[in-house]
Amino acid sequence: MSRALAIFKKEFASYFNSLMAYFFLVVFLGATNLLFVWFSFLKERTSNMTNYFEFVVPTLWLFIPAITMRMWAEEKKLGTLELMMTMPVKDSEAVIGKFLASFAFLAVTLVLSFVTIPVMVGIVGEPDWGPIIGGYLGLLLLGASFIAIGLALSSMTENQFIAFLLTSIICLLFLGIGELIALLPLPGWLGSLINFLDAGTHFKSIGRGVIDSRDLIYYFSLVGFFLFLNYRAVTSRRWK
Amino acid sequence: MIEVKGITKRFGPTTAVDNLSFSIAPGEVVGFLGPNGAGKTTTMRILTCFLPADAGEAKVAGFDVLEQSMEVRSRIGYLPESAPLYLDMQVNEFLGYVGDIRGLKGAEKTAATDRMIGLCGLSGVLMKQIGELSKGYRQRVGLAQAMIHNPDILVLDEPTSGLDPNQIREIRDLIKTLGKEKTVILSTHILPEVEATCSRVMIINQGKIVADGSIDEIGKLGGGGNLHVILARGDQAKIESGLKTLADVAGFKNAGQEDGLWRYEVQGRPGVHLGEQLFRMAADSGVTLAEIRREKTTLEDIFADLTLGKEA
Repeated sequence: MSRALAIFKKEFASYFNSLMAYFFLVVFLGATNLLFVWFSFLKERTSNMTNYFEFVVPTLWLFIPAITMRMWAEEKKLGTLELMMTMPVKDSEAVIGKFLASFAFLAVTLVLSFVTIPVMVGIVGEPDWGPIIGGYLGLLLLGASFIAIGLALSSMTENQFIAFLLTSIICLLFLGIGELIALLPLPGWLGSLINFLDAGTHFKSIGRGVIDSRDLIYYFSLVGFFLFLNYRAVTSRRWK
Repeated sequence: MIEVKGITKRFGPTTAVDNLSFSIAPGEVVGFLGPNGAGKTTTMRILTCFLPADAGEAKVAGFDVLEQSMEVRSRIGYLPESAPLYLDMQVNEFLGYVGDIRGLKGAEKTAATDRMIGLCGLSGVLMKQIGELSKGYRQRVGLAQAMIHNPDILVLDEPTSGLDPNQIREIRDLIKTLGKEKTVILSTHILPEVEATCSRVMIINQGKIVADGSIDEIGKLGGGGNLHVILARGDQAKIESGLKTLADVAGFKNAGQEDGLWRYEVQGRPGVHLGEQLFRMAADSGVTLAEIRREKTTLEDIFADLTLGKEA
């Protein structure tokens, strides 16, 4: 595991070595701050933050593919994958190290976001902290799932743009599948299965400030499943 | 140190490596020589556990490359073709990272890093981003990462490609120094490189070994290297009948006429210098010799014979 840690350290540092990551960070914070100030503060004159998460989620939906797209695709394109995979690093250690690095970058981003919006709101007003903290926990879990999806797709291509595009499409499916399916006449059991797969439903559930084990299991399974796909894609080069 | 038995690797319809077998003893410096696409890189990738062979087995230091991959990888230092590196990292960060991955810690890691900085001449560029470095420096960083854990075996895929002549000489000297204590495999399609650095040559073509031996042994494959080129003025028939009278001439070929001089390539019997006999023959038959040159068959000729002949 010390090797997973070495990869984590390297990847996390490389976010701060590149202007791109700062750019995405600034865009994420800028967009969510501006949207919040505009809609909640100026238009509705409220310190109620329930609307807030309705535009943080779409921003996150674009932010995650942007920070995961290069993680594997670039290694393939530059040939550094060969360098890494001929060192004594297990494929699983590389997958975990990279996941943790992206997750840590997301965590840093969300901490900065928490400091710039909810804390500010807390200074000027009296928001209901339960849903806010639940909402941020939801963002962390939803973000972790999107990161796993993004890394899996990045490991399947050399082209960062394709990784970005496919990640955003699949994440969008997970976000919107419940509402999409509601329009179709489906048998009840299938409807509830698909509803269970809908990341948005689970996000709202956690966002109410109630931590239900079903929601946690959902996110952990999503992360586990896509990390496994990531792992298979990395090992596939060794298949005969 | 390295045992390869019947490895084969196909990519779709192309057979990159075709039932290849060889063994390399500790301390040998072996040059893999072959045209582009001969299977050198694929063989190296199999030995370094990056790709699995479709058939056959390969052992490095007694460990199987598939079954005991971690053991193999920890004993090999590998410089992949064109030295792929993380362009956004600084040289010192990168060496630190490789040290971590290689399991080096504390004082040991510092000492290993300092040794590489000295050996590869990196002290001036430590704080630079790898992306800003010249090709030569990148190659050196690539060599440093391959050697930082002091491996017994070094696998270097085209270590001098893209370097200028001075850098090439430096890297070759470095390889020669390393070769005194390590087993080294390097691939190249540049012949002088092999002559300058290797104790043994393996010529690979279309996935197969077409020649394997010391430089001297390989040199002998070229018909003993006893070719004389003469430029002569006079009657063509006289020259040829004269050449035929010489018992030590194994054969000759008219290579055309330039500036009124006939050019002949005369193959002598092994070990015989034809110079004197050719002069006497010329005097006897009334031919003027403008030049006699004895050509040593180079590795280059042998290489061309072995690799082009097969394709034709």
